[in-house]
Amino acid sequence: MISFLLRRLLSSLPVALIVLATCFLLVRLAPGSPFTSERALDPATRQMLESKFGLGGSLPQQLMLYLHNVLQGDLGESLKFRGRTVVEIIQQSLPRSLLLGSISFVLALAVGIPLGAFAAARQGGGTGRWLNGFALLTLSIPTFVLAPVAVLFFSFGIPLFPPAGWGTPSQLVLPALCLALPFVGVCARLTRSGLLETIGTDFVRTARAKGVSEPSLIFLHALRPALLPLVAYAGPLAASILTGSLVIEEIFAVPGVGQFFVSGVINRDVFLVSGVVLIYCLLLLLFNLIADWLAALLDPRIRMET
Amino acid sequence: MTLCRGIPGLTGLTLALSFLSACQTRPRADLVICNGAEPQTLDPALVSGQLEGRLCSALYEGLTRRDSRGRPVPGSAERWEVSQDGKTYTFHLRPNLHWSNGDPLTSADFRFSWLRALDPKTASPYSEILFGISGAKEFQSGKSKAESVRIETPDPLTLVVHLDHPTPYFPSLTSFTTYLPVHRATVEKYGDRWTQPETWVGNGTYRLMDWKINDRVSLEKNPRYHTPDRVRLSRIDALAVSRASTAFNLYSSGQADLLLDKGLIPALILPHLRGRPDFHPGPLLATYFYRFNVTRPPFQDVRIRRAFALAIDKESIVEKITRGNEPVAQTLTPRGIPGYRPPEGLPSDPSTAQGLLRMAGYPEGHGFPRVSLLYNKSELNEQIAVEIQAQWKRVLGVEVELRNQEWATYLRSLDDLDFDIARSSWVGDYDDPNTFLDCFVTGRGNNRTGWSDPTYDSLLNRALSEPNLSQRLNLLAEAESILVTQAFPIVPIYHFVGCLMFDPDKWDGLYPNLLDEHPFSEIGRVQK
Repeated sequence: MISFLLRRLLSSLPVALIVLATCFLLVRLAPGSPFTSERALDPATRQMLESKFGLGGSLPQQLMLYLHNVLQGDLGESLKFRGRTVVEIIQQSLPRSLLLGSISFVLALAVGIPLGAFAAARQGGGTGRWLNGFALLTLSIPTFVLAPVAVLFFSFGIPLFPPAGWGTPSQLVLPALCLALPFVGVCARLTRSGLLETIGTDFVRTARAKGVSEPSLIFLHALRPALLPLVAYAGPLAASILTGSLVIEEIFAVPGVGQFFVSGVINRDVFLVSGVVLIYCLLLLLFNLIADWLAALLDPRIRMET
Repeated sequence: MTLCRGIPGLTGLTLALSFLSACQTRPRADLVICNGAEPQTLDPALVSGQLEGRLCSALYEGLTRRDSRGRPVPGSAERWEVSQDGKTYTFHLRPNLHWSNGDPLTSADFRFSWLRALDPKTASPYSEILFGISGAKEFQSGKSKAESVRIETPDPLTLVVHLDHPTPYFPSLTSFTTYLPVHRATVEKYGDRWTQPETWVGNGTYRLMDWKINDRVSLEKNPRYHTPDRVRLSRIDALAVSRASTAFNLYSSGQADLLLDKGLIPALILPHLRGRPDFHPGPLLATYFYRFNVTRPPFQDVRIRRAFALAIDKESIVEKITRGNEPVAQTLTPRGIPGYRPPEGLPSDPSTAQGLLRMAGYPEGHGFPRVSLLYNKSELNEQIAVEIQAQWKRVLGVEVELRNQEWATYLRSLDDLDFDIARSSWVGDYDDPNTFLDCFVTGRGNNRTGWSDPTYDSLLNRALSEPNLSQRLNLLAEAESILVTQAFPIVPIYHFVGCLMFDPDKWDGLYPNLLDEHPFSEIGRVQK
């Protein structure tokens, strides 16, 4: 177990470095400079800025300098938000995305799994079809439609929650629900299909023959192996939901890290983009590792070898 | 199994923890403003955007400041004199000036701040606004030392500034962000990080209380300001919200009291807001225009540029697309600059446009090479480009290809003159036509058309050294006439309007004005 974790962690390091280097090169190769604006900057000033931020040499030199700094724990300074280090920006904004994301993640699982289980238990009946339809609906509505509609109904129609902002618990409700809802559908459908497959297996048939009640059969016997596809999906889901959603953060003015993905690329703020990508990459690797570990816990046939 | 049983517990725990962590709330500020995107900096020497400039006007005070109607009034300087030749200004500072940390503020602070903005090491994007000071340009370009910049401080309360040319608007220029003073000891001690709330020092009506990234900048009344009683509100929060619909939702639900920018009002609902008592439109010193690349065919030919300019029906653009009561622009400089009468400009004239194209060898557009119109990706730019593309097709019979690029790529294309026609806009920095016309002097970084005209350059040069104010403005009008009625390196399309949203029964001290200046210190609750 420990050697499995160590092996995986060690193999993650080169992956993270390759991702970081690729991201750095892509942003630097894109046309445009982080220092241009609608007001022209004289070439001498631009050159001064480039050398100040370590972007003056050739591209390989810039990359080597950057990777060298990163390995020493220095992710650099933002090129647009002057005087702010990338670490500082991530330190301030990531916890907000993590808070919102963890609520949405738990909500997605807490609602999606029972929903899928009931849909599987009521397979073929009216309730099952309704539950399945609901899951499909939540899955199909994009967040940029869902969020404004939620604001319209719950902030202006029935003024229950504020339409945007950050700092009070009530301001968390709408963004958390809107972020969670599409994933509720995915979790429900994965649980349902996993369960339907498991229900047909021999051990479930045996349990049923022994007279185990239907709810116990579903929730105590069949659900555990049926969750395997969901666990595999939950790793990348957790990484993406926790690092913030650009759309949700923008619509609800959540000061999270998601917006820096896009604004960083638009501004060619290479250190900021690379820093945010690195965090996303590390979270993705971590949650995939957790997902693999959970999968082995759920199904003893899966061995922790790779 | 354990996992399944644990789900409700885990859910409850996460929700409870989240609730608790989100409970660290603060009392609402006296005034909450939607200020646009996250400020890039609060260092006046590095600021180039309007939203940062707004905050800096509250955090620092220049020799002059702008009042709520945009007029320059005495700020840190209580009075000033100008020499007979109009080239030497002597500013007298108020005797009781202090920084927010209690240190005395002297004329040496202004000298240090201006030299710092000019220092090439600072890489100030707006240093050229100080170039009127004798020796400033040479110092910025590294040709001379700081001592050669002619700013003198004979005593702690007197600042003498020598200019290259008579500049009647110089006192008002000293209210501009780049001219604001910074606290030397703090800047030298903390370097780039001096603008963080824990280290920041300023001399404005407000001090920096908190700055949460992408969330808000919190300002608190500065008790060490020279006339603190003038400041009406104790605490102001400026929210970082860039999405128009979100800002408008915050305003509509009462979470924000004031929208300070037209960009924060969704364009679709603008026509429905007219007539509402909380909607306050006003003129703005800014123009939307198209540039021609005059360095390559077919726009090397002035007849073709003129034909393209005259074929545009600007009325239909402001009526159908922008819909914010924008005035159609026949000139680059908007109306309203004190004492300046822009030239008449040329209205839309399809038949003349067709004639010009025929004379240039392309009757009804036959044989006209395929050209493209470049714009940066935005819904408004696209709608305008599509409309103008259709007008050129209808009037001139020419096909124009639309080419959109994202922001940084678009700026690169402008700098490299890699376009035929390109969308642009310009916001004036001070209320003088020079802020617009100087862009098109030969070789200026903001020219971005390749256009050069010795007569235009010479008129602007003569205007620079002309001591008579009305004669100076006439020379500038003559230069502008070349730009928009003879040479056509650009086609002005419309002048922007500014829009404020606030409830006039609750708030006063806010007046739409050409420079879009709304000093926070003058905003207050209506006394009933």
